[in-house]
Amino acid sequence: AMDTDLSSQDRKDLDKFIKFFALKTVQVIVQARLGEKICTRSSSSPTGSDWFNLAIKDIPEVTHEAKKALAGQLPAVGRSMCVEISLKTSEGDSMELEIWCLEMNEKCDKEIKVSYTVYNRLSLLLKSLLAITRVTPAYRLSRKQGHEYVILYRIYFGEVQLSGLGEGFQTVRVGTVGTPVGTITLSCAYRINLAFMSTRQFERTPPIMGIIIDHFVDRPYPSSSPMHPCNYRAGEDNGAVYPSVEDSQEVCTTSFSTSPPSQCVFTVTKAHFQASPPVVTDTLKVPVMGLAFSHQLSSSRLSCQPAALGVGSADMGYPVLFAGGLNAAHPHQLIGPGREGGVPLIPSQPAHGTQADQERMCTPLDGGHFSAATPSSSEDTETVSNSSEGKCGSPHDLLETIFVRKVGAFVNKPINQVTMANLDIPFAMFAPKNVELEDNDPMVNPPDSPETESPLQGSLHSEGSSGSSTGNTHDDFVMIDFKPAFSKDDILPIDLGTFYREFQNPPQLSSLSIDIGAQSMAEDLDSLPEKLAVHEKNVKEFDAFVETLQ
Amino acid sequence: LFFPPGPAAVAPPQPAPTMNCRAEVLEVSVEARQVEEAMLAVLHTVLLHRSTGKFHYKKEGTYSIGTVGTQDVDCDFIDFAYVRVSSEELDRALRKAVREFKDALRNSGSDGMGQISLEFYQKRKSRWPFSDECIPWELWTIKVNVVNLANEQERQICREKVGEKLCEKIINIVEVMNRHEYLPKMPTQSEVDNVFDTSLKDVQPYLYKISYQITDFLGTSVTTTMRRLIKDTLAL
Repeated sequence: AMDTDLSSQDRKDLDKFIKFFALKTVQVIVQARLGEKICTRSSSSPTGSDWFNLAIKDIPEVTHEAKKALAGQLPAVGRSMCVEISLKTSEGDSMELEIWCLEMNEKCDKEIKVSYTVYNRLSLLLKSLLAITRVTPAYRLSRKQGHEYVILYRIYFGEVQLSGLGEGFQTVRVGTVGTPVGTITLSCAYRINLAFMSTRQFERTPPIMGIIIDHFVDRPYPSSSPMHPCNYRAGEDNGAVYPSVEDSQEVCTTSFSTSPPSQCVFTVTKAHFQASPPVVTDTLKVPVMGLAFSHQLSSSRLSCQPAALGVGSADMGYPVLFAGGLNAAHPHQLIGPGREGGVPLIPSQPAHGTQADQERMCTPLDGGHFSAATPSSSEDTETVSNSSEGKCGSPHDLLETIFVRKVGAFVNKPINQVTMANLDIPFAMFAPKNVELEDNDPMVNPPDSPETESPLQGSLHSEGSSGSSTGNTHDDFVMIDFKPAFSKDDILPIDLGTFYREFQNPPQLSSLSIDIGAQSMAEDLDSLPEKLAVHEKNVKEFDAFVETLQ
Repeated sequence: LFFPPGPAAVAPPQPAPTMNCRAEVLEVSVEARQVEEAMLAVLHTVLLHRSTGKFHYKKEGTYSIGTVGTQDVDCDFIDFAYVRVSSEELDRALRKAVREFKDALRNSGSDGMGQISLEFYQKRKSRWPFSDECIPWELWTIKVNVVNLANEQERQICREKVGEKLCEKIINIVEVMNRHEYLPKMPTQSEVDNVFDTSLKDVQPYLYKISYQITDFLGTSVTTTMRRLIKDTLAL
């Protein structure tokens, strides 16, 4: 049947509507990903240039790109206009976030009036697009862009390519408008597993300055069009200045005063180390200082023990993490009793017996703002070696700590200075100064007559409440005065503390001694030829047995 | 007739006598401080779709349409942003209604349940002495459940959750709008005030009214309970 054909005027109008609708669609999408709030004014007097009676600004570059992609064509069946929104980090990793598709299908609505209904419905569809562009996950990401990542757009025309969105992407339909030549459909497919892209992940990277993307990274379709940043302002502010990378690194020293209650004074001085070229430890590069700690803050729960701030016992020195970002040229000191001045490095907290936990918490010096004190993004690699203290012995630690322990009272064996550098074993500072050599290891070289020496004997040399038992070089701790609670027992003649010290180093098991071990090994070796002969003789039987098992 | 003290807005909407009124219901659970922003987000999104530019009638029955501007609004108590029409008058009107609703919710002493309705209607002029008829053609109802949270952590989760919920609501609203169901015919100059609210200076929404009800714990509306009480009293 011959339907009423579209008049040529109507056809011309319709084509124009679709063309400008496509251009406005691109503007709305890109502007919604600029990272800024959009605001346009209503005007009661029609200006004549506001298509679809909506005040949508035209960013010239965007119009230019859209026209280039369309190349004079209109969306038609099999020829869709797509706006791809993606994210690119400062390291160059990029990820597709959304594909907005303007498609045409064959379902025609011949009855509909072009100049009136189609136009108004296109206007309504643009309003829906304004609303929907704010509710997909990429909107919130785009509002936070600029420092760690930028949002890019790319327009292409042809077949929709959704493979870059990862698995499980979701789609939302913005709307449809039927026309005499087909039905226009506007929809969005978006990646949903953006949960991995929390801002925490991006805290580690320095700000991106002035990036104008004119090439693309790992595009699966080499013939596709170039990517553009949504935020054109990124190119404008080249004025951000970053402090130069420090050659020296901050060093934190702790020291105890000699009389109880002990005070811990945290002294930060600048030590001059050779600035070794940093090494990339993983794909997400970590800059020096400041930002590294934001990672630790959230992941490793390090807690600083300011027990030494005059509260609680002062047996052990706790290594203190120096929160980066400090470029001071003079030492900073924690506030302790009797000390004046200085910047409090760690807010004083009473030690609520948390020293048993032996956890550390790193508190940022300047209230948690790490972004300022970062070097320029050209510093690609970071230091692996330094770790301030065992617990945070991740490659991201960049500080050395020197622990100076002045021992408190009642300590038999003062350890004057323990310098630990480049160690990442836990509680490295408590390891004895002399590194254990193999010949000291009782497992390798057992004591001459392990049975004769009674464990009690060794401990009898300990003097009162002194810390270490004599003759024992394997003390991991220097115990000043171990007074465990409820340790006195009427039944047992000794108290818990003594018991502990006595049996701290039990004699080794006899089966583990080399002599006996060697003996049995020798026996085994001797009996081998015999056993082999037996097996050879009965080899047929054995084979048959194995067959039954198959 | 005695009307119990209640909202200053119009009485609850009556069902349309001759025309089918499209009705949509949305439900949200929010903290007390989120009520205003959540309501505004939904109402503004609906009105964005139901407002045009100002009509300027010309000779021979043609007209031109003004331009509608839009702007982004960030919520303070919800991780959410929405787009509204750039019209201060419209924003003020909506804020006033939402504030009344919020106050009524708070003062009702009920367990924080209520609903706010946005109704689009057409006026049909009747002859004297009958007053004009209001015939609704679309009714949006937002049911609100106010929750009380115990600590800051729960509040933070609520911020995000309500934000996500509102995203879903916006998608729902857009779905309804896209159905392209009944819309009043574009009116002639003499009829325009029967279809559109022409009182605003920069935009022209369809004629609308906002009303609300607070639900008492029995699930019935307060006005219904009051009426019943009065009727019972009068019957004695």
